[in-house]
Amino acid sequence: MMKTEWNQEKQTLKPLGHVPDPPSKFKHYVTALFIIGLLFASAYQTEATFEELILGLPEMAKLMEQMLPPDWAYFEPIVEPMLETIRMAVLGTTFGAIMAVPLSLLAASNVVKSKILFYPTRMFLNLIRTIPDLLKAAIFVAIFGLGAIPGILALTFFSLGLISKLLYETIEAIDKGPLEAMTAVGANKIQWIFFGVVPQISAHFMSYTLYTFEVNIRAAAVLGLVGAGGIGHYYEKTLGFLQYDRVASIIIFTLVIVLIIDYTSTKIREKLL
Amino acid sequence: MSTYSVKRPPRKIFFKLTIFVLLTLLYVWSFAGIEFNGFKETAAIISKAILSGILNPDWDYVYLPEGEDLLRGLLDTLAIAVLGTFISAILCVPFAFWAANNISKFRQISGTGKFALSIVRTFPEIIMAIIFIKAVGPGSFAGVLALGLHSIGMLGKLFSEAIENMDLGPTEALLATGANRFQILWFAVLPQVFPDFLSYTLYRFEINVRSATILGVIGAGGIGTPLIFALTSRDWNRVGIILLGIVVMVTLIDIISGYLRRRIV
Repeated sequence: MMKTEWNQEKQTLKPLGHVPDPPSKFKHYVTALFIIGLLFASAYQTEATFEELILGLPEMAKLMEQMLPPDWAYFEPIVEPMLETIRMAVLGTTFGAIMAVPLSLLAASNVVKSKILFYPTRMFLNLIRTIPDLLKAAIFVAIFGLGAIPGILALTFFSLGLISKLLYETIEAIDKGPLEAMTAVGANKIQWIFFGVVPQISAHFMSYTLYTFEVNIRAAAVLGLVGAGGIGHYYEKTLGFLQYDRVASIIIFTLVIVLIIDYTSTKIREKLL
Repeated sequence: MSTYSVKRPPRKIFFKLTIFVLLTLLYVWSFAGIEFNGFKETAAIISKAILSGILNPDWDYVYLPEGEDLLRGLLDTLAIAVLGTFISAILCVPFAFWAANNISKFRQISGTGKFALSIVRTFPEIIMAIIFIKAVGPGSFAGVLALGLHSIGMLGKLFSEAIENMDLGPTEALLATGANRFQILWFAVLPQVFPDFLSYTLYRFEINVRSATILGVIGAGGIGTPLIFALTSRDWNRVGIILLGIVVMVTLIDIISGYLRRRIV
């Protein structure tokens, strides 16, 4: 078959002199090579081998066998630490959410117009978010000792970072109309924020707070591993005595609670927005 | 002249009151349950020590010729995140097709897929790591497997949403020309969802770098182990340099990955 080209003026097809080359795939090959190299280097660094995994599989099967059936009687003693986990998440989320309001206003470029103010605030928020909550908890445990307090503090900072980030991005995307109207009638900054900004973001704020609460419940469930209160402490307790059926009980209980809270919170969030 | 006023919308006083009462009860219950015996007297001293440790990091720890230094710890962390992300990005594809509601004929099938993914998501990676340590022994490999399995939950969900948002036109066109299922997958589905897949994988990689820094707390490799050692031996200058190293690494990864993701989408 002859290669042809559409001629716009004569409204006919005319034979084409040359066939255009397909786009070069060189870049894709280089990227693929780079990724494969990265994977091999990582496998070397972590000493990951298929052999070890396959040799380990019977061990895992044995572990699963020991986990089943779960120790149903163990649910009773872990109700109280589970409630503590929920309390920690509630308080951590609340404190974080309260602190997030002024910080997100300070980080939004359409509320605070000066760069000297909103850039440092954003940097501070980024800094908070780079350190994982379990490490924050470990540091707070070193400062305040074992218990729920360091856990709550770690969750507070974590929530602060998350909610502030989501919230300031929402504030920057709000409708300018009401803000201009407020300025036009001579409102001061506080009135401007209270009547111009707040009504536009309050639903989002509640939604983000609920979302953070969901994340915090999951986080709070493992904070006990570093001694920061909640149900996580019981993993160490039972694993230390090789009571895997009890570990299974803790895992199942946590799963059920998290799924219930997730479901409820998602339903409420759907209603809010 | 007649005046008229706009009627206020009926206030849902009863509804608001219920919520108010419920919230108050929740907070009373939460505060009452937390034991608070004041801060330890040493708290202020230790905070000061940690602060001065962060301000005067132990620079010698960055590179030690005999090993077990900051750079190797961070490299280990990165390697765990890379491998874990790769494993989950491969393994989550079948889950994503299972959970996407425009692929299967019956809603129940995708429903079970979504439920399975949310169970995997709920299972904390650090608990998975504990279980894998039992299987392959302590070390980075257990961390890799834990991250690889845990990330399936989130990546599978995001991938399945990408599949659900796909344009079905090309699929129908290929079907009309008599393509088989594999050809449809290869020429109609994959080209559409691949950029989304890549972008989500990079996003998950950012999260996994953060997660990999904590795996060491329970002995699954990475920078977490020396950090916990430094914390328990109260070597605050070393804590300072490790924290600094984590912050720098996470920030750099975020910047690079964010740049790549903007290029892709």
